[in-house]
Amino acid sequence: MAKMTLDQLRKLREETKGEMTRRETEGKEIQVIVGMGTCGIAAGAKDAFEAIVKAVDEHKITANVVIRQTGCMGLCHVEPTVEVIVPGMPATIYGKVDAAIAADIVRKHLVDRKLVSGHIYDRPAIDIVNK
Amino acid sequence: MAYKQFILVCGGTGCESSKADDIFKELHAQAEAQGVASDVQIVKTGCFGFCEKGPIVKVLPSESFYVEVKPEDAKEIIAEQIVKGREVKRLLYKDDTQKERIKTEEIGFYQKQYRIVLRNCGIINPENIEEYIARDGYAGLEKALFELKPEGVINELKIAGLRGRGGAGFPTWRKWEFTRVVKEEQKYVVCNADEGDPGAYMDRSTIEGDPHSVIEAMTVCGYTIGANKGFVYIRAEYPLAIERLKIALRQARELGLLGDDILGSGFSFDIEIRLGAGAFVCGEETALLQSIEGNRGMPIPRPPFPAVKGLWGKPTVINNVETWANIPVILTKGGAWFAKIGTETSKGTKVFALTGKIKNSGLVEVPMGTTLREIIYDIGGGIKSGKKFLGAQTGGPSGGIITEEYLDTPIDYESLTALGSMMGSGGLIVMDEDDCVVDVSKFYMEFCVDESCGKCTPCRVGTAQMHDILDKITKGQGKVEDLEKLEKIGHALRRAALCGLGQTAPNPTLSTIKRFRQEYLDHINGTCRSGKCKDLVTYSIDKDKCIGCSLCARKCPVNCISGSKADKYTIDASKCIKCGECFTACKFNAVLKK
Repeated sequence: MAKMTLDQLRKLREETKGEMTRRETEGKEIQVIVGMGTCGIAAGAKDAFEAIVKAVDEHKITANVVIRQTGCMGLCHVEPTVEVIVPGMPATIYGKVDAAIAADIVRKHLVDRKLVSGHIYDRPAIDIVNK
Repeated sequence: MAYKQFILVCGGTGCESSKADDIFKELHAQAEAQGVASDVQIVKTGCFGFCEKGPIVKVLPSESFYVEVKPEDAKEIIAEQIVKGREVKRLLYKDDTQKERIKTEEIGFYQKQYRIVLRNCGIINPENIEEYIARDGYAGLEKALFELKPEGVINELKIAGLRGRGGAGFPTWRKWEFTRVVKEEQKYVVCNADEGDPGAYMDRSTIEGDPHSVIEAMTVCGYTIGANKGFVYIRAEYPLAIERLKIALRQARELGLLGDDILGSGFSFDIEIRLGAGAFVCGEETALLQSIEGNRGMPIPRPPFPAVKGLWGKPTVINNVETWANIPVILTKGGAWFAKIGTETSKGTKVFALTGKIKNSGLVEVPMGTTLREIIYDIGGGIKSGKKFLGAQTGGPSGGIITEEYLDTPIDYESLTALGSMMGSGGLIVMDEDDCVVDVSKFYMEFCVDESCGKCTPCRVGTAQMHDILDKITKGQGKVEDLEKLEKIGHALRRAALCGLGQTAPNPTLSTIKRFRQEYLDHINGTCRSGKCKDLVTYSIDKDKCIGCSLCARKCPVNCISGSKADKYTIDASKCIKCGECFTACKFNAVLKK
């Protein structure tokens, strides 16, 4: 199951436009990071991921956005979780991100540079490595 | 136009009911009135935990964390922080307990969690070794190989005071040293990733989120003790963790961080994955090693310990995933840094999988010495739907239940053992008043009966006997003498069983008999407070309250409720399966549960 999910993710990346540029972080300002542990995927992280890829394409900001996956952020009660890093704005973690909220995040946060109300959660701890 | 600052108002149910909405509106009004509406965005968020100190307001990017905020504070927050850029000090969260515990530069930070093991989880892409390397990854290995040398690594671990996170808490440096000093050509390094406690998923999440931390630590161990072969024993039920581990191993080999002559040091090491079939007993180290060898997973008597005579009779260091994940940080930041975190006897942090009747379930990592109350209420946000706290189970089927009166005990290996529980690998299940402790004890005992390998008689027979007695009690057929019998068998099991599975199997039962004796006696007298023990519950309908709406009859899955609007409704007890659907459905409290 997991293997399939990862394969699907890779396939997804290949199928979407701007595939080569999306893999390079250099020159891209915005990062969207989707929590993809087993629990996140079970809660629908894959749908959120797809919706983000789609919305980023629709808004034609592909060249400026990196979409990545990561492991469990620890916020089990609000999976799936997505972190958004936009220059000039605080890094933000969104929880309970379904396809609709994902599209909202791209439109409001990435394009309009506004936080999306109601789905923000706190980072559980400071980063001991990069501080 | 872009906002410069952001005010986050907690929109969790707890904070909503304590006027978060008024604060939200007042902040908007004040921002407008003071002419900064275009500089600051004010939004509502999900629950931040800390519900008892709500409403919570957080201001970014300054990370100001305000507690117990009132609507009338809005004016000052806008005027001071947004207009003048100064924090409103009187509203900031203060935590004196944490200051004593973490004597690092993070003093004064509001968060209760401190992530060493989970440092990369949820931050890096676990399938990209470069991201791990960018965050000090493999720097610990580098330091071990070229600076510390084996003695130096042991010394750092000794200074750090790291103890095994699998449950028993044996000092890691000592384990490594035992193996290091044995003169033997072939030695092995093993990672125990056979996480089997009900409700535990710390190790799975660690490997899924940061597989390289385990690989790096095992390589360091190999170098330290003189082994060139490692095994990760992981259960086949963890396909994503296995997949990511495989990817990580491949990438490490490609970059020469595994294999021959690592980083030109002359030291060679490689790791293989061995899949477990999901037997709980294989989490016990001797049974695990048997399983790797291809034998049936059964424990063998210790001593000799694996450190001296382990895999294929060779000296073997075996540590659990969480223990491994600590090691790269200890090496890069130093043992002394690590030793500053935690309590006198237990250093560092502990990862817990916080589940059950908790508002904010999650994977949490806290410094040793944090209290259960802080974990459950400040991080977890308290009990779901406002029910009363009953107890918290640590250590799964090997642990015990911790009640309200002991919630303020600082958690470490010794304090939990003193409470009749244990650290275990870190499952933390919260129970509320709807749970029945006798039923829970029976559940754990049933688990142990199923998972007992059957090799030694005390465990094979003892767990089954205890389960039979518990089953009798939950059916209302128990006697007062049965409690004594349970205690007697339990104590015998503790002393006589061959391995940890049997030795700790009586813990949930013994701890609940001690702390909830009255509940056991109630069951013996034929009542179950929570209604979980179905044989002790009967449902009936109060004709005075029943309005004859027929809702219960329509919900009943076995059609045992009949009646009419005029005659009211009755339950045929002989057919009732005690599912409780009628009780939940009735809007007039006419269904009685006794």
